[in-house]
Amino acid sequence: MTNSKNFRLLVAIFGALAIISTVRLWTDQDGLTSSGTIGTALRLTVPILLAGMAGLWAERCGVLNIGIEGMMIFGTWAGAWGAWQFGPWVGLLFAILGGMFGGLVHSIATVRFNIDQVISGVVINLFAFFGVRYLSELVYVGKKGGGISQSPPQKWALPRFDLPILSGGEIAGWKSPDFLGWLELRRWFIIGDLGGIGRGLTHNISWATVIALVVVPVSTWVLWRTRFGLRLRSSGESPVAAESLGVDVIRLRYYGLLISGGLAGLAGGTLSIVASSYYRQGQTAGRGFIGLATMIFGNWRPSGIMTGAMLFGYAEGIKLVASDSITALFLFIAAISGVFLIYAIIRRKRIQVLIALVAFCLSALAYQTVDTVPESLTQSLPYVVTLIVLATANQRLRPPAMAGVPFRRGEPH
Amino acid sequence: MSQQLSANRNFDSMRKSLNTLGSSLGAIVLALVICGVLLLVTGKDPFAAYGKILETGLTGEKLLEMLKRATPLIFSAIAVAIGFKMNLFNIGVEGQYLFAALIAAEMGTHVSLPAPLHVLFILVVAMVSGAAWASIAAILKITRGINEVISTIMLNYIALSFIQWIFETFFRDDSDGGLNVKTTEIASSGRMPDLVDNRLNGMFIVALFVAFLYWVIVFRSRFGFQLRASGLNPIAARTAGIPAKRMILFALLLSGAVAGLVAMPSVIGDVYAYGPSSTPTQFGFAGITVALLGRNHPFGIIVAAMLFGFLDSTSAVLQLSEIPSSIVKVIQAIIVLVVVIVNEASSRRYNRKIAERAALALKSLDVSR
Repeated sequence: MTNSKNFRLLVAIFGALAIISTVRLWTDQDGLTSSGTIGTALRLTVPILLAGMAGLWAERCGVLNIGIEGMMIFGTWAGAWGAWQFGPWVGLLFAILGGMFGGLVHSIATVRFNIDQVISGVVINLFAFFGVRYLSELVYVGKKGGGISQSPPQKWALPRFDLPILSGGEIAGWKSPDFLGWLELRRWFIIGDLGGIGRGLTHNISWATVIALVVVPVSTWVLWRTRFGLRLRSSGESPVAAESLGVDVIRLRYYGLLISGGLAGLAGGTLSIVASSYYRQGQTAGRGFIGLATMIFGNWRPSGIMTGAMLFGYAEGIKLVASDSITALFLFIAAISGVFLIYAIIRRKRIQVLIALVAFCLSALAYQTVDTVPESLTQSLPYVVTLIVLATANQRLRPPAMAGVPFRRGEPH
Repeated sequence: MSQQLSANRNFDSMRKSLNTLGSSLGAIVLALVICGVLLLVTGKDPFAAYGKILETGLTGEKLLEMLKRATPLIFSAIAVAIGFKMNLFNIGVEGQYLFAALIAAEMGTHVSLPAPLHVLFILVVAMVSGAAWASIAAILKITRGINEVISTIMLNYIALSFIQWIFETFFRDDSDGGLNVKTTEIASSGRMPDLVDNRLNGMFIVALFVAFLYWVIVFRSRFGFQLRASGLNPIAARTAGIPAKRMILFALLLSGAVAGLVAMPSVIGDVYAYGPSSTPTQFGFAGITVALLGRNHPFGIIVAAMLFGFLDSTSAVLQLSEIPSSIVKVIQAIIVLVVVIVNEASSRRYNRKIAERAALALKSLDVSR
């Protein structure tokens, strides 16, 4: 069972790789899978991924978290302050603490006082936006390079590394060969793409990125393989039943929201410490909500959130680094929907045939006619994709059953 | 017996509204105390700050500014409140009103009508476009069961980029060689007259009128009764034959229509055009806080909007006396959070008291039998 599933996944990945490689050679757009694009995509994936994981932890314990954006804002500000004062590692710690403060406010409001979870989240977003502005006016105004809407630049950056042998990292002073980079330069079918993607993922990597990526397997293990995780999920699925078995739902929801806030804060910290070297107002730019969208897209599962974050990160990265290649993506989408079209015809699924046909025609038409995609429209991509996923796959999505429903000890529902 | 009951009920409802008023006032005082501590911790004198707010806010000039700033808040809060009355959370007011502002400002330049009709035309276009944008969320909810909280958040961001694209490609006024970051200005027949020159325009009266209409429609009409019933108990409402889906559609359309008016004080009363920097943003979220503070009641909303308008009007002067002006917004956020928490706690206590009294009454009946 799992073997055939793994096999199918492998075939799907290999097929997608073959298609994108063909498109790359056909259109001569190396930016599609260059290490530059992939590296940028990875950097942009990290905050979205962490924000999505923040949403996961909150909703799995039974509390909606609309306030991720606000908690991220706390994280950007506190992280930048800590990094400015004490260096980047302390900065990341402060970012986590800043986000946890937001999580604490949210948990006191929703778990202790049972107010509407959406309302609390909205108010936290407002509170965070203006609260850090107030703090900036107190702390940053008058400092060199600082002001009401930005912090002074940090003196130190987090260390970055290249993987030895694969991407030319150093082993004890010896500069190893850049094997993947060499492959990428050859531009061979599939192998060149693998080189580019692999080098993008292993070259010039910040340690913060590694931490963020480790969050995914650790969260999966804790939530699905430990007693604590089982109890936490049970208080999101059926708090009354959990309580009747002696689970302290209230306390678990506090824990869940503190972890959620901490992850959101870390997401903010990566923006103000890793992606740039100062805090700036509006730095989060709606990424908290993209994280929320990613969580829905990923069906409230870590692997799904990872996929969604990579997809949105890639879209943003290619826009930033290789905007000429965007039109080539239409060809890629057309090819993918073409494959799906054939698959659906063989399987005789009428609705899927229709959807694939529409997608195929639209993307083929777009490739033929569109020269440049207006940036203002590509910005809304994650939100449009999420609405489409919600509209088409709503039946298959399975959020935690009692997420959003207030719980009071000893009260039936 | 029945007379006594009805007297009791009157007394109860009076006590309940007194309770509400008291707890709201208490919450505001509590929030001010929390902010005072915050000011103190950050090295500012809270009494000086509050003194400054009162001193500057209570001049005639600032009171007019208060009304001006309250106007869009009233529209936005009523739009949110219509949703709340049916247990729908319209976070999308932000996107709805910005979309409506762009469309109404552009359409307003393409017609020539006598003065009152031109203004009316623009207002109607704004309401229709606001409702149109809200209808996307309504349709997604009715046909695909998508929660309106998620869809309206997504639609806010989609609206922002969609508006930017339409504005840059089609509606931008190029006559000035690209210096104008606005749509073409609306002719003088389409402008809302000022009540007080350059200080307050007629949209304030429109806002009060909309608040009155909201009260009539939601609290005094059959439709409003169905709306509130669906919000209070959807299952009972459905059993009573109230069409759930149609109510969702109507509520969101109505909410979007009122949301369409939020930017109108600026578009037809101040700037006479739409512009990405001149058209005010963030009122959609502010409206949520005002609706919460006003407890979805038209009178409460007007008072809450004026309170927030009052605080906003003092922020510029605070800056001059070295108190960071953002403290005003922090105070607003804390007020709302505390008010919501206190309301929740007091209504819970009130319900428990009622339940206890009912239990006692049942017991006494048992004894007499």
